[in-house]
Amino acid sequence: MTAGSTLFDKIWDAHVVRDLGDGWALLHIDRHLLHDLSGSASLADMAERGLAVHDPDLAFATPDHAVSTQPGRDGMTYVAGSKLWSALRQGAQRFGIRLFDLGERGQGIVHVMGPEQGIVLPGLTMICGDSHTCTNGALGALALGVGSSESTHALATQTLRLQRPKHMRIRCDGALVPGVTAKDLALHIISTLGADAGVGHAIEYAGSTIEGLDVEARLTLCNLTVELGARSGVIAPDQRTFDYVKGRRFAPQGADFDAAVAAWRELKTDADAVFDREEYIDARLVAPTVTWGTSPEHAIAIDARIPDPRGATGQNAEAIAQALDYMGLDAGAPIAGTPIDWVFIGSCTNSRLSDLRAAADIARGRQVAPNVRAWVVPGSEDVKRAAEAEGLHEVFAAAGFEWREPGCGMCVAANGERVPPKARCVSTSNRNFVGRQGPQARTHLASPAMAVAAALTGCLSDVRTLA
Amino acid sequence: MQPFTIVSGAAVPFMRANVDTDVIVRIERLTSLPKDRLGPFAFESLRYLPDGSLNPACILNAPRFQNAPFLLAGENFGCGSSREGAVWALMCLGIRTVIAPSYGDIFFSNCFQNGVLPIRLPLDRVEALAAQCADGAPLTIDLKTQMIRASDGASQPFAIDATRREALLSGLDGIGLTLRDDAEIRAWQEKDRVQRAWAWNPVRA
Repeated sequence: MTAGSTLFDKIWDAHVVRDLGDGWALLHIDRHLLHDLSGSASLADMAERGLAVHDPDLAFATPDHAVSTQPGRDGMTYVAGSKLWSALRQGAQRFGIRLFDLGERGQGIVHVMGPEQGIVLPGLTMICGDSHTCTNGALGALALGVGSSESTHALATQTLRLQRPKHMRIRCDGALVPGVTAKDLALHIISTLGADAGVGHAIEYAGSTIEGLDVEARLTLCNLTVELGARSGVIAPDQRTFDYVKGRRFAPQGADFDAAVAAWRELKTDADAVFDREEYIDARLVAPTVTWGTSPEHAIAIDARIPDPRGATGQNAEAIAQALDYMGLDAGAPIAGTPIDWVFIGSCTNSRLSDLRAAADIARGRQVAPNVRAWVVPGSEDVKRAAEAEGLHEVFAAAGFEWREPGCGMCVAANGERVPPKARCVSTSNRNFVGRQGPQARTHLASPAMAVAAALTGCLSDVRTLA
Repeated sequence: MQPFTIVSGAAVPFMRANVDTDVIVRIERLTSLPKDRLGPFAFESLRYLPDGSLNPACILNAPRFQNAPFLLAGENFGCGSSREGAVWALMCLGIRTVIAPSYGDIFFSNCFQNGVLPIRLPLDRVEALAAQCADGAPLTIDLKTQMIRASDGASQPFAIDATRREALLSGLDGIGLTLRDDAEIRAWQEKDRVQRAWAWNPVRA
């Protein structure tokens, strides 16, 4: 008797154009997202090599990385990025690819606008030249981050030559306690399993905790899959997913939608499927979590103490010491109470409407601490408009936050929006790497609610003490 | 793509774990520079002091490792961002092979797209090579025989997927290879348009 199939296998098998042997397959790619940084490079590469785009209808382009998020911005506001913005526009026009430009509905961070516009659907394969493409697995899609060469390959052939990864399942059971979000759960998982736990694996998240998360929270969880070392993370689509997808701009309509849902209901791992690795997380034990170091695995509960390299050995002790030196923190001190300078609420991790609502709920009627600069950067034009329709921008403005234009912004600082050297920033993004938010910038990853708590108190704080 | 056959030279012992692609090259450099001019900006946060001068304590700056074709590293090398510029920046430094226990998955794929060979070896063996190569002693890496030869004559094999090995040895372009099967791709699509109409109809122009 052969073992059953995983959700990943089912999507993979349905997209094999040709079995290349040895675990390799020529896999059909159903959707391809292009942004100004890697997308413009692939499109230029195509033009230079005289290649045609295989299926322009399956590609979608939007500027997000190197555009300013300053209020009133246009594509020229960040001059150094303007040539990437122009190249994306020209490339999209040349090859007949849909473009969602600045100020238009649909523009936004690729991993926010993709699900939001119904471009990403359960059961599809999709890629983007961006490692956080794993975000889209939250809908039950096989979503892979790729480099620019693979992106070019997919534009020219609508396929990728891929080797089937190993399978890993992370089961999370139990309800998250109040004040704890999908972001805290993700950081907790990474710190528990390690930043390389998922290398070579496709991850599936399962269990009662995951079933209880709304789709936007699932997108946050899957977003951090690459910080576990894995290229993809997937969640079985369920009624919440179908309800989320229904009616979106590029989602199937009418009879097509009904046929799609019938197919999507089959997208789950068989009871007798075998994973190469299984992990279990008790979600009831997760506290509001922040990072203290320079890898997402350097995460601790807000009421914990900063690790001490003297309690570690070898390479690990050295890594802790280097991280503490870069971060300007004292080993063994409580993390709560650490003074901060900046707060960034945004990024493909935490810039959706539910994130902004959670942030506004804490900020309402309160004030950002003196000496703290705090930004809110909505993930897309649609998120921005929806938030403004609810008056969230006014809540933020009244509390002393700057309300900005959609884009990646200070998560990756590709648009010149940097945290100054040695300044300490609480960020709802996904990477606290050395220099990520600017040379010598010090990043603490946290949930939107925790970021607001830090902004209001001027230091790393437990949001539960504010609620 | 430059084929990979036999390469000899020094190996930089850069034994850190979780070296991310942001550290290998800052994203702002990729917005402003062509891919063959990234060398001065590879590992810039480590190679330069805040005043812009070379950091003499950084092993990457040691004269014996300039243009070294090999980099020895800890677990999860190249984790993080998918930027292919990380591979280009290493190539600008002259690096053709990284030897580490494990790699970020996307970086690993990107290496093969550019004729760079990422070799996986257990940590204790990478550490042994690092000790052996610390004074600049050369290695020879032969992809045909899948052997790493040290200056004292000792050799050890390394494993690599056969498909990837073939592609590196030939330097063949994947797009050209795939387009040979274009009729099969189009036939698959034609069938799929009927079977999964819901996946195609909503995006039809």
